[in-house]
Amino acid sequence: MATLAETFTPAAQPAVPHQVYSPMQLAWRKLRRNRAAVFGLVLLGALIAYIIVGSFVFSEEYANHNDLSLRLQGPSAEHPFGTDPIGRDILARTIYGGQISLLIGLASVAISLVVGVLVGAFAGYYGGTVDSVLMRFTEAVLNIPSLFLLIIAAKYAGDKIRNFELFGREFSGSLIVIILIIGLTSWMYLARIVRSEFLSLKEREYITAAHALGVKNLRIIFYHVLPNTTAPIIVAATLGVATAILSEAYISFLGLGVRAPTATWGNMLEDATRYIENAPHIWFFPGLLILITVLAINFVGDGLRDALDPRTLTH
Amino acid sequence: MNQYFIRRLLFAMPTLLAISFIIFAVLSLAPNDPMSQFALNPAVPQEVRDNIRRSLGLDQPWPIRYGKWLYTLVTTGDLGFSFSSRLPVTELILQRLPTTLWVIGMAYVLSVLLAIPLGVISAVKQYSLFDHLATTVAFIGFSLPTFFTGLIFILIFGVRLKWFPWIYDSTIKVTDADSFLLVLKQSVLPVMVLTLFQTATLMRYVRASMLENIPQDYVRTARAKGLSERAVLFGHIFRNSLIPVVTLIALGIPTIFTGALITEQIFRVPGIGSLLVSSFNSSDTPVIMGVTIIFAVLVVLFNLIVDVLYGFLDPRIKYS
Repeated sequence: MATLAETFTPAAQPAVPHQVYSPMQLAWRKLRRNRAAVFGLVLLGALIAYIIVGSFVFSEEYANHNDLSLRLQGPSAEHPFGTDPIGRDILARTIYGGQISLLIGLASVAISLVVGVLVGAFAGYYGGTVDSVLMRFTEAVLNIPSLFLLIIAAKYAGDKIRNFELFGREFSGSLIVIILIIGLTSWMYLARIVRSEFLSLKEREYITAAHALGVKNLRIIFYHVLPNTTAPIIVAATLGVATAILSEAYISFLGLGVRAPTATWGNMLEDATRYIENAPHIWFFPGLLILITVLAINFVGDGLRDALDPRTLTH
Repeated sequence: MNQYFIRRLLFAMPTLLAISFIIFAVLSLAPNDPMSQFALNPAVPQEVRDNIRRSLGLDQPWPIRYGKWLYTLVTTGDLGFSFSSRLPVTELILQRLPTTLWVIGMAYVLSVLLAIPLGVISAVKQYSLFDHLATTVAFIGFSLPTFFTGLIFILIFGVRLKWFPWIYDSTIKVTDADSFLLVLKQSVLPVMVLTLFQTATLMRYVRASMLENIPQDYVRTARAKGLSERAVLFGHIFRNSLIPVVTLIALGIPTIFTGALITEQIFRVPGIGSLLVSSFNSSDTPVIMGVTIIFAVLVVLFNLIVDVLYGFLDPRIKYS
């Protein structure tokens, strides 16, 4: 007996024990092997370094300082990205604008997550009338081109909130409005994903078991079902950041974005159509940064979709 | 089957109502706005302003205005008059429709014609150089914001190379080959911008759909019974892959109608997109409502068309 036990002791096993990975670790290993996703992560890291390190090099005061005698200058040693129509340094503005653009992306996704998850979870879990009403509403909002809603909302709420100060920096009140309206016009897709996940998950045995144990509906929704829908939500949220940054750029392009003095990559493009030929540098750099950010986020999001899909093989 | 479609149409009504209600409510939350053009003009006294408001029906609360708008639309099909130009909304839309269909429609047709073969080749020759190239370009293509591509194309093909004009001139009438060439030339850049974006999105979809079908059992069966590779590819894989693609294409058609807000703005294409932007700027509620409701009806209609197409493309689907 003793000899048999000895052969199965850990000491007899190879030196490296078989490691058990959590689902998140597995996803991370898969993501690391995806060249495009790693490229996206590196790009994102570089962008974040750019907007953080840059803010130590240039002050926000400098970014908002205008000198009309320097207006529309092309790139030079003094102003590497040139100056804008009222003589502000574009390099410094892309740094502070980038912070705000990323903030808009993240904050509006947070809002759309809350709304989308709540609508999708309640519709999917309760079904029946709740489902019909919520989904009909979602469908209606989905059938209005989101740019319509964005424009209408931006136009009427754009200057309703006063400028405010946070961490010693002054922000345009329109920033809050823009975050809110982008968030509130982008939750529909998420709601549909969450709903369909809930529809299939609520039929599982473990949910029946939870019911049998007397667990309350709300607790089942948030503690038993919702954690199992994180994978598609993470993917949708990641890609949502890119869409939100683009949305901000689109409404800014139509002149309805965040108001001065706060710079965003989007509102730096506001005058672009007037300076297409004469001063392409004023729209090229912010435009390029938006492109790089969107591309990087899309790479990461695409990689996450594969990495979080349990059907793809892991080795 | 007829019953199914009638039921679907009836179900679409609440959605249409909800859409029109949401837009109307949001638009109406802007008090006094269509009058902003007179707001700073001291030559327009208060009574005149009140009279104009009354003549536009703006003195009534918005739920009543919405009711009236809906009632007129349902009973007579009339979309009302524009606040700013006083022209019937239908006429304004019809004025812009040809340009929109020409530019945005052409871009849509072109991208469908490009995306399907590109997606198919990319999937059949998966991991080949062509596939890598096509998927990379498509990935960049759909990440590129249209304002950026628009501006870059203008800079390269318009300003530097002087190949194409970048300001759309809608006054050119097509009378002979020369004027047609002019119209064609000025459409090239906006069409290119839109085609690039749509081809990229659609091509990825076609490829994914093909790749989903290639490893399936029925494909192996088709090969096993000795069908030619051509027959397997076009008769089996392609036809099955096309089902979701057709949905996407058909559902995208209504978006042609609303135009491309940004692209039309950059190239100053006088389509429905730019009509919308100017209506937004002057708070021209009737025009915005008109465009939105037509768009919503088109969406519902094309959803139905997709259902019919489904039954035709996929005999497994039965409606009851």
